[in-house]
Amino acid sequence: MGDRAVPDASPVLEFHDVRMHFGGVTALKGVSSRIPKGIIQSVIGPNGAGKTTLLNCISGLLTPSSGSVVFRGEAVQGKPPHEIARRGLSRTFQHVALFPRMSVWENVMVGRHARTRAGFWAAGFRLPFMRAEERRIREDAERWLEFVGLHPEKDLPAGALPLGKQKILEIARALATDPVLILLDEPAGGLNTRETEELGDLLKKIQAKGVTVVLVEHDMNLVMDISDRVLVLHFGQVLACGSPSEIKDNPEVIQAYLGEDWAEAGGGLTGNSLSGDREDTPC
Amino acid sequence: MSSREKTAFVGLTVFLAVFPWVSALSRSFSHYVDVMIFAGIFSLVTIGLSLLMGFAGQISLAQAAFFGIGAYGSGILTGHFHWNPWAAMLAGVCVAAAVAWVVGVPALRLKGHYLAMATLGFGVIVHIVMNEEVDWTGGPSGLGGIPGIRLAGRKISGDAAWFYLVWAFVLAAFLFSRHVLHSRVGRALRAIHDDEKAAEAMGVPVSSLKVQVFVYSAVLAAVAGSLYAHYVSFLSPGSFDLMWSIRFVLMVVFGGMQSLWGALVGTVLLTFVGNEWLQVFADFEILVYGGILLVMALFVPQGLVVWMDAFFRRRSRLQPTPSDGGS
Repeated sequence: MGDRAVPDASPVLEFHDVRMHFGGVTALKGVSSRIPKGIIQSVIGPNGAGKTTLLNCISGLLTPSSGSVVFRGEAVQGKPPHEIARRGLSRTFQHVALFPRMSVWENVMVGRHARTRAGFWAAGFRLPFMRAEERRIREDAERWLEFVGLHPEKDLPAGALPLGKQKILEIARALATDPVLILLDEPAGGLNTRETEELGDLLKKIQAKGVTVVLVEHDMNLVMDISDRVLVLHFGQVLACGSPSEIKDNPEVIQAYLGEDWAEAGGGLTGNSLSGDREDTPC
Repeated sequence: MSSREKTAFVGLTVFLAVFPWVSALSRSFSHYVDVMIFAGIFSLVTIGLSLLMGFAGQISLAQAAFFGIGAYGSGILTGHFHWNPWAAMLAGVCVAAAVAWVVGVPALRLKGHYLAMATLGFGVIVHIVMNEEVDWTGGPSGLGGIPGIRLAGRKISGDAAWFYLVWAFVLAAFLFSRHVLHSRVGRALRAIHDDEKAAEAMGVPVSSLKVQVFVYSAVLAAVAGSLYAHYVSFLSPGSFDLMWSIRFVLMVVFGGMQSLWGALVGTVLLTFVGNEWLQVFADFEILVYGGILLVMALFVPQGLVVWMDAFFRRRSRLQPTPSDGGS
């Protein structure tokens, strides 16, 4: 459905006919898409449309009931999350999932786990290679903290940061795993307007590094501003897929959204933006 | 190491170095060396358990069983087969590690406190084997005639020599564990404790790391058991039952799970209390331990060491600004 909206180089992630049942409830009813390398792909849809379930199926927290998830040419469905992370897929969580009792710096250092190798023995005996590696872990983590602008807070416990900064820290931790693709589950949830703008800039910076971004988000201004492509989920199915302007023009999408109680979903796509007052997003 | 911790570590080493000399000065203190040898042996067990409980967030009720595997391994191999004690220790450690791996892999793949249940059952089985395999273990009447240990051609004899040997093992295990905790492995363990799902998504192989820590705790317990066997030269199953596993857990909780210092302090204090004052309670001893656990859980949930650390920090911070309040 509309998959060829963007000229399709070899996709970094594809999923075919992904279905997910929880007992009698079907959260995903056969979702397919191909995500080209290097784009910002948004996934939108009303609450309960299956967006987070889709992310969980991709990152390995859930195993799809049927269908396949292919990441960098390899089927990854059913693999444990830490192996998928090692292959270059990282993520953040809708409800912040930091390590609250560890420092900001240490949180990002954990992100380096899959790219380093000192084990029990090397660590216990402080072998020279382990000490060199430990130094690199600290430096790499500091670099990512500078990249997202959290360096001044590096020694605070992660749980002591305000929500906005916790969300940014989660992104830094995910970036520290050297991802090829990063899944962000509502990173703007709970952020104010200025913070959301900064987040948009950060996502652009991440894309500029060559990382593919898959963004689940309710904030329509953010989605329409930065996405190269938007996938709309509705009741566990793909309703539409295309560029932001195509999505805004799509009568089915408009109907689905205006039919729902759209106000509570974060409120970007209200009268104003639908009537097309901005040049880059004509509706 | 932070400077505070360095000071504490140097202080501990000096304290241990002079302890046998000082306690030899007075007749009423001289048996404290013996108590401290036991405290050291138990500390090896609780240091491993502290990593497992305080950092990986898993409870094991089989540490006495691993302690027993090390002890009986040494006792049987040196007693029946005349092995070199160090080789016997190594063999006991290997058996304990293999057994821990077999118990841990299925139990730790599941979320929740399955390890506690699996180890509870496993500990009971080991205890039954010790009682029933009379030909090997001597059964309820015990296993005697375990030879002493030689180090660099000299027999370890006398309380002072044993004291230094045991506490050298403890300090080595302490430093090793501390280095592990301050590495990528330790950070991953703390991450698991805080949020398993997030740790896994960041590339931490959660179940495999938990198994590694569990095996490590079993290895330390087996080393302790082997030292115990050679020190007391007589083993009976009563020293390796569920009650002892619970005591080890209690020692860790008492001192504080979030710090290796807590394991040391809790073990030494409870070993002294158990040896000096609780003997009179006989079978009611378990009530006293239950009471201690209850009071700790209600009033000092983070354990003695963390609580005292916070107390002194608060005091030193409060002195310049007494109006600061305590939040």
